Amino acid sequence: MKLDSKAPVGPLEEKWTSYKRDMKLVSPANKRKYKIIVVGTGLAGAAAAATLGELGYQVFAFTFHDSARRAHSIAAQGGINASKNYQNDGDSVYRLFYDTIKGGDFRAREANVYRLAEVSNSIIDQCVAQGVPFARDYGGLLTNRSFGGAQVSRTFYARGQTGQQLLLGAYSALSKVVASGAVKLITRSEMLDVVVDEGHCKGIVTRNLVSGKIETFAADAVLLCTGGYGNVFYLSTNAKNSNVTAAWRAYKRGAAFANPCYTQIHPTCIPVHGEYQSKLTLMSESLRNDGRVWVPKTAGDKRNPSEIPDGERDYFLERKYPSFGNLAPRDISSRSAKEACDAGLGVGPGGLGVYLDFRDSMNRLGRDTISSRYDNLFQMYERITGENPYDVPMRIYPAVHYTMGGLWVDYNLETTIPGLFCLGEANFSDHGANRLGASALMQGLADGYFVIPNTLAQYLVKVKPGAAKTDSPAFKGALEDVNASVRRLLSINGKRTVDSFHRELGKIVWDKCGMARNASGLKFAIEQIASMKEEFQSNLRILGTADDFNTSLEKAGRVADFFELADLMCRDALTREESCGGHFREEHQTADGEAKRDDEDFCHVAAWEYQGPDKTPVRNVEPLAFETVHLATRSYK
Amino acid sequence: MKLKLHVWRQSGPHAKGHIEEHLLDNVSPHSSFLEMMDQLNEELQSKGKEPVAFDSDCREGICGSCSMVINGRPHGPWKGTTTCQLHMRAFKDGDEIWIEPFRAKAFPVVKDLVVDRGAFDRIVQAGGYITVRTGSAPEANLTPIPKSDADTAFDAAACIGCGACVAVCKNASATLFLSAKVSHLAHVPQGEPERMKRVKSMVAQMDAETFGACTNTGDCTQVCPKEIGQNHINTLNREYLRAISFDNSNASANTGSAG
Amino acid sequence: MFPSAVGSKLLMAATGLAILLFVLGHLAGNLQFFGGPDVINTYALHLRDLGPLLWVARLGLLAAFALHLSLAVSLTRRNSLARPEGYAFQTDFPQSSVASRHMWLTGWLILAFVVFHLAHFTFQWTHPEYRELHWKASDGREGHDVYSMIIKGFSQPFLVGLYIVAQVFLWLHLSHAVSSMLQTLGLKNPRNEKLLDLAGPVLATIIFVGYVSIPLAVLLGVVKPIVISSG
Repeated sequence: MKLDSKAPVGPLEEKWTSYKRDMKLVSPANKRKYKIIVVGTGLAGAAAAATLGELGYQVFAFTFHDSARRAHSIAAQGGINASKNYQNDGDSVYRLFYDTIKGGDFRAREANVYRLAEVSNSIIDQCVAQGVPFARDYGGLLTNRSFGGAQVSRTFYARGQTGQQLLLGAYSALSKVVASGAVKLITRSEMLDVVVDEGHCKGIVTRNLVSGKIETFAADAVLLCTGGYGNVFYLSTNAKNSNVTAAWRAYKRGAAFANPCYTQIHPTCIPVHGEYQSKLTLMSESLRNDGRVWVPKTAGDKRNPSEIPDGERDYFLERKYPSFGNLAPRDISSRSAKEACDAGLGVGPGGLGVYLDFRDSMNRLGRDTISSRYDNLFQMYERITGENPYDVPMRIYPAVHYTMGGLWVDYNLETTIPGLFCLGEANFSDHGANRLGASALMQGLADGYFVIPNTLAQYLVKVKPGAAKTDSPAFKGALEDVNASVRRLLSINGKRTVDSFHRELGKIVWDKCGMARNASGLKFAIEQIASMKEEFQSNLRILGTADDFNTSLEKAGRVADFFELADLMCRDALTREESCGGHFREEHQTADGEAKRDDEDFCHVAAWEYQGPDKTPVRNVEPLAFETVHLATRSYK
Repeated sequence: MKLKLHVWRQSGPHAKGHIEEHLLDNVSPHSSFLEMMDQLNEELQSKGKEPVAFDSDCREGICGSCSMVINGRPHGPWKGTTTCQLHMRAFKDGDEIWIEPFRAKAFPVVKDLVVDRGAFDRIVQAGGYITVRTGSAPEANLTPIPKSDADTAFDAAACIGCGACVAVCKNASATLFLSAKVSHLAHVPQGEPERMKRVKSMVAQMDAETFGACTNTGDCTQVCPKEIGQNHINTLNREYLRAISFDNSNASANTGSAG
Repeated sequence: MFPSAVGSKLLMAATGLAILLFVLGHLAGNLQFFGGPDVINTYALHLRDLGPLLWVARLGLLAAFALHLSLAVSLTRRNSLARPEGYAFQTDFPQSSVASRHMWLTGWLILAFVVFHLAHFTFQWTHPEYRELHWKASDGREGHDVYSMIIKGFSQPFLVGLYIVAQVFLWLHLSHAVSSMLQTLGLKNPRNEKLLDLAGPVLATIIFVGYVSIPLAVLLGVVKPIVISSG
């Protein structure tokens, strides 16, 4: 498989400018002849659908939710980065680019990341114009905060609900074009396959989640904006319905899947309470701006935290990383918490938690200031745990939060299937091996508002509009495949529920392919996953029928894909013989336990190519050429 | 703890529904309400019965998917809390719990506890946006917004579109939902040029969706997970009065910028 | 065609305000009863002297009533259609007052009372003998002896009970209506909200006490009949 990044040549700062200068345009009269399918209505999908609709394309937007506004982008709390430099603290496009590349541990493509930093400012302008109520100071101007791993204050935020406000902005833009008829919105409809006809993606197969009807839709290009695959771990901060199915089915039709092992563990989540836990709740990382992370110095110290004097507390992030302290990057913070808990210093039920303490900042800034910054988060914490963080330090523990891996895309955001594009978290492109805080929202909106409207045209000018017809053999074949797989799931008629399989799968992936990985664990996991998958295929039980609203059936299809993805993640983790970003291989660490990257052998993207059921996929490589930045070892000491 | 559940079951939009009783044991007080429902569904499936369908997604109180009327109150007994954030600590051993779908003509039942809230989307489509083409936005700091206005706009914009306001209202009115969007956009200067047309179109759409009228009883704010205040309804009324007095544009026409 | 739900509510509020102003004016007039026969009977005479102006006011009030009523009918119908299938578990209303949820009921009862009240005191259909009560002012002009009519009317405990019960319904209606009207007219803001929310119950109570004081005063003998006419 040839992986051509198609990044423009020339100096980094001029790549996107020269790309736009030289790019081809679709004339207004022709735009309306092209049909574009957008799957997913999160930040990337809603932004893309709204913008393409405005431009005059015939857009069909699909969501499996009852409304476009429910997409999981809505749950992002912290903020969105932009290099506006409103704070006059030395920020610039280059610095945002560099921080993102460095945060990603030098495993992202320079050209893409620079473009992201470049359009970041337009995103803020766009969102403000849509009425997004960002935080403002008393002069009425926008205010910023510093966010995990950044030395400048470049994060724009809307209390602890930035993702919600940005998504509602994109949703309103989408609603506008739905009302005008430029976009047709199809809700409660899940994409179950892409249709590839003569080498080009020409449409999708969906299941209407209310009637159960399997349908096909033809278009001239398909955009997957379907989010990340964190739910492969079962317990994650992702929404219950988030899944990999759209990306996975595309992978099985020929789209390369890049770096699946790059998963981000978020350091500040509420610890697990018990067996029936269905998901983990993130506490915004912004809490680390004012909270101090600590554990008792002695293992088994069961005293009430307020009774433990400072001398007997280990503020381990401040101790180990003096210049970043509690704001150390996510992977480092997470692993440090895990190490503390592994050493028996953890607090709370099961010893899986560390304190995040606001005592000192409340003394310094006053309770009211802390309350104005975090009150909604404190309330959320109290609702879930029954403990009041104003009085008792929060307990936090890492949880899976974001997946940097995803469908491989080139500079145009096009996958290895021509005509199939992938935006937002679902692609692999901008975050390398680890994502910087407040960059996910930026990427989703950058892809949707400012990148795809330009890059999509480069593909469209090469194809004749309206060539695809749903009565072609390719569509009929895909439809039959989906029908057959739905029937197969329903016909197993075994004993176990989908959730029980999903829980079991998640546990093994978390244990062996989570915060720290090693070769023997990964090999063990691959075997386990295979045998679990076999049981899944023979002992699953789904009640109800295919022609009805059937939540178990929906889940079963998604979990089936998670089994296959889990296998690929472990293979990817196993073959990446280095530690970088969110991927920590225990065999590859320095003497003091830090990640050890191997730029000699692994400064590349691993893009996996499907070979057929039960065949080992092929690992293709896109070398990463760093023309501008120098590869440096990340040091947050 | 042990619970007796009375759950609404309805196999489809046109089917006749009924209340079904289930006993559920070993419920942890640390579980969320939806985790308790998951547990019920696992048990039902192990007995060969179809699980109870309900909407749920983010489970952190922000997506607005979860609904349910629990013992006569949308989202259950905790103030400012969605069903997914309601924890079983709110109940005690031996409690009976009645679980019903949100009820309104505009929210038809899809299955069991799942309802169709598409009417809300259509109200937003009628004008709940600021017309700005991608790329045409001016520099963000060009227009300062007084902090108090920005804060009020945020308070309104915090609406998660769950529909609890409709479910509790004795008139099944969507006024709080509508007012939240109108008030949000009326408090930012960017929303100014369309404010009169917006409120007229959105009010017309709310009527077309068969929601009831507001009688200012105030129950909606009490069950709203984001505690959106009655002051936004006041703003809506003022905006509407201004619009019908001074605006001559046609409320039903949509001039969204396509092509 | 009826206006939108929000528009209907605005009209409800506006007509409600007109009726409220009448209720207050009517109360101010009635309270002159305590000033003795000369005061209230002179007042009645002055009202009659308004001539065509009185009819303009009456027609205006009638229109406000008619509009208020027809909007109430259409809104109540709209509201009941909005939830065809109710809840099995009685909805636990977290804030709303009983009064706010039963405006249509108190409204109809008040209407019934108004009809009776007109028949009783204004047109005197129920008690034609009131028509015989005459009064002569000091300047020699003659008029209806309203004072004695009130005394006679409220000497019957049954009628006093009826009037007081009607005032309870009016109190219930107004205790929600006034604050609701202020909200509907968009006059509330976070600073005056608490004050305006109090306005309803306070004003309703003032009106209640004012209206109830007259029949009670008569029944309890606080105000005695004075023979002033030779009727």
